[in-house]
Amino acid sequence: MILVGNAVVERNLAAGVESEIHVPIASDQDVVVARHKGRALATELGFSGRDTTLLATAISELARNIVSYAGRGEIVLRTTHNSDRPGVMVVARDKGPGIASIEQALREGYSTSGSLGLGLPGVRRLVDEFEIVSEFGEGTTVTVRKWKG
Amino acid sequence: MEVPILKQGEILIATVQAALTDSDLLQLRRALVEKVAQARARGIIIDVTAMDVMDSFASRTMREMAHMIRLRGAETVIVGIQPDVAFAMVQLGLSMGGHDGCRPGRRSGVLTPKFTG
Repeated sequence: MILVGNAVVERNLAAGVESEIHVPIASDQDVVVARHKGRALATELGFSGRDTTLLATAISELARNIVSYAGRGEIVLRTTHNSDRPGVMVVARDKGPGIASIEQALREGYSTSGSLGLGLPGVRRLVDEFEIVSEFGEGTTVTVRKWKG
Repeated sequence: MEVPILKQGEILIATVQAALTDSDLLQLRRALVEKVAQARARGIIIDVTAMDVMDSFASRTMREMAHMIRLRGAETVIVGIQPDVAFAMVQLGLSMGGHDGCRPGRRSGVLTPKFTG
């Protein structure tokens, strides 16, 4: 578990070394832990309050999907950067049942769990980059990135 | 973390003190739906100032809670949604709905709203 101060983050970025935080997800308590750690990392990088909250909300949704659909998995938080800005990369990974149709799961209003069905399309709107890889029966990995505004 | 519920005349005030897990939210719902008749309350105020994230589960639970409370004869007002939280909720596509008995308070910290009917 690495939570580093601002100076260290910048040094790591300069050296191309990214800090990485692994949060095991197996219960609703872990959902809260994951979003708190994501918030802390975004704050360290100097994200605005609004972007920090958008990121924390996205992490909350992704972590809850793991608990609801796969039972357990992990959230990995990592500092990242493009040419001119730092950002946070979130990888939500599980070995659950996988998603039969990603296209359907990304459609507004679609849900198989009786929830609002806003999960993935909503998360996509909260972040800058969104990727999903899912193998039916093998698990799901969602990777999102949010850049400092 | 349990949410304290205070009785002020015909109003119950639940003040969320810190981030809530899903089970904390369900516990709050259970407590308020039970207490509303016990306390002969006509209105419930839920102060969510301390909530730094209102995700799909939290807003669905609040909406359902307001609906249940209305069926029990009282109105629910949510106060203290932070500006960043409101922004994230709208981006996510969430609403508190006006039609099912849960309305946002006009001002944060309103203590004596008028409850109709």
